[in-house]
Amino acid sequence: MSNIAIRVDHLGKRYRLRHEASRPPYRTLREDLLDLPQRAWRAWRSAHRATTEEFWALRDVSFEVKTGEVLGIIGRNGAGKSTLLKILSRIVDPTTGVADIFGRVGSLLEVGTGFHPELTGRENIFLSGALLGMRRAEVRRRFDEIVAFAEVEKFIDTPCKHYSSGMFLRLGFAVAAHLDAEILVVDEVLAVGDAQFQKKCLSKMEAVTNLQGRTVLFVSHNLAAIKQLCSRALYLQEGKLVAQGPTEEVMQRYSAGLGGSQTELVRQLAPETACGIESVRINGVWTADQSGFAYGHPMQIEIGVHAVRPLRTLQVAVRVSSVEGVPVFTTSNFDHLRQSTGLGAGRHRFRVSVPPLLAAGRYTLVVALCDPQRETFDVVQDRVGFSIDGVGSLLMDLNDGRRGCVEWSLPWEHQTLP
Amino acid sequence: MPDAIAQPHIRIRPAQGWARLQLGELWEFRDVLVMLALRDIKLRYKQTALGIVWVLLQPLLAGVIFAIVFGHFARLPSGGRPYLLFVFAGLLGWNLFAGVLQRAGNSLVNESRLITKVYFPRLLIPCASAAAALVDFAVSLGLMLVLMTWFGVWPGAEIWLLPVVMLLTLALAVGVSLWVSALNVRYRDFMYALPFFIQAWMYASPVVYGLELIPARWRGWFGLNPMAGLLEGFRQALLGGSALSWPLLGLAAAFAGVMLVSGAFFFRRVEREFADNL
Repeated sequence: MSNIAIRVDHLGKRYRLRHEASRPPYRTLREDLLDLPQRAWRAWRSAHRATTEEFWALRDVSFEVKTGEVLGIIGRNGAGKSTLLKILSRIVDPTTGVADIFGRVGSLLEVGTGFHPELTGRENIFLSGALLGMRRAEVRRRFDEIVAFAEVEKFIDTPCKHYSSGMFLRLGFAVAAHLDAEILVVDEVLAVGDAQFQKKCLSKMEAVTNLQGRTVLFVSHNLAAIKQLCSRALYLQEGKLVAQGPTEEVMQRYSAGLGGSQTELVRQLAPETACGIESVRINGVWTADQSGFAYGHPMQIEIGVHAVRPLRTLQVAVRVSSVEGVPVFTTSNFDHLRQSTGLGAGRHRFRVSVPPLLAAGRYTLVVALCDPQRETFDVVQDRVGFSIDGVGSLLMDLNDGRRGCVEWSLPWEHQTLP
Repeated sequence: MPDAIAQPHIRIRPAQGWARLQLGELWEFRDVLVMLALRDIKLRYKQTALGIVWVLLQPLLAGVIFAIVFGHFARLPSGGRPYLLFVFAGLLGWNLFAGVLQRAGNSLVNESRLITKVYFPRLLIPCASAAAALVDFAVSLGLMLVLMTWFGVWPGAEIWLLPVVMLLTLALAVGVSLWVSALNVRYRDFMYALPFFIQAWMYASPVVYGLELIPARWRGWFGLNPMAGLLEGFRQALLGGSALSWPLLGLAAAFAGVMLVSGAFFFRRVEREFADNL
């Protein structure tokens, strides 16, 4: 059977960005009326010059999904993953191209679509079900299943505002997971909730895809989840499709592009940046073939910061994640001081030393500058990273299939008890 | 695979020109209309001490205030009928119109979260708001009947007119709302202009005064306001009295039809941009 569930042909989505800073997405009539002579003048003067900057969130994307296939979509933030899902869910219109969809589409772009905190669990199930495209009889038929999955039997007639966040999420996911659509479009639902919730969703997703032969499009930053669920994957980068094929292969392309090999980043800051990251550098002991850092040596992470004006406080935070998206640890310049420090205008360098606790593998960095109470100044995400070569590590030497991101030779004690 | 079942085929492509109304799709999603309307009704008076009493109190207080100001002090003529009944009949029709417009006009902006997260025909959002406003109308109508019993006034044969004018008022209100709500997504000015617009329209319509107050030579122009014919129709149906003005009612019906159809087409044309503008 080579039934096609989704055929996407040269799909593109263009947004027009106005140049004014912090412009709301809507306009007022007055602005449009005042703009009118100006626009007419510009149009008359030059028919070719664009008055607004164009930005392609998605460009020229083509692919096919077979019935029953589970397709993962990976890419950095802003790569166009969500835009693609929104187009396929008919929430936004494409600017170019065509997509053909054969079958009913259920889209799960957030957990708890249409939920209202004042309504009871029961009322929310029916409301959310209807919004997701279920008939009322269908919801009624699956009601008990949904409630059981969400484990909220006792609270089903309590307003959802009294639910714990875990219950709320479980109920929201439960409604969508019981959709009878042939095609399921799922965006990053596993990003919320605790580990137990994620596990539950994941196994439900697996059941949905394996047993019922449904077509699923699945976006997640959790590469481990994608690996587990998807047979094929798409890799989007800046709106373009750069790779598609078996999940393993595409993921290798992705992690290679993730800056796992790039240990240094120097940026040109825009002049209006109040406070920004000028550079990120990771120093370690390289292996002989320069393929990565040698195992068992400390590393230094160095961050160059430029502040245009003095700041009341500045937190510099670094998060190290495995390439599969699992955060390993987060550290910040406040950790030691337990309080904030001011920062003068000018250029600064922050440096942190990381003890040799990471196991062999590939890691990426998120670096952020913020005023914890107020705003985030700058973020560099997944642009730099490093890999640790396994030679000499316990993992490699013992080769006993142990897992984990952290490796530490711990002292063990043993007593034989009488 | 149950491939014997014909699978729906959806083609997604850039919007081109005027879209079809797709009434079939609206029917398919009718549960959304019901659930959204139910939600609005359930949420309306949550966390209020008086709860459902507000539905009764609001039109009653407005009627009493108008009766005192315009009936007692200003002594506006009411064609021999008790002024309270006279103004209440007018308010009944007007509140239906204004209630729908108020709720539905801002409905899309209020539901921006839904619009950017899930697909269903967006036309159902203002329609659900209108359905919720119908509950207020039903309550007011009941109150009107109680007041009529109190005053010993019985509707005559003209009562058949009531469902007609009610449906026409609803059609007109939904039609205007479709325009306003869709434009509101693009131009938030409408959100701020709407209350004044509704107020001005009320005083330009025979709510607190009767049509006979208007000098005869202006009455033709006055009748161009579709609410003039409809409000007179409400009074006629409930309280009887002067002969019905068929031209006014016909004009209102035509106006309502044009607004509803044009509004629906306009809405369908621009709804594909909603998620981009919210």
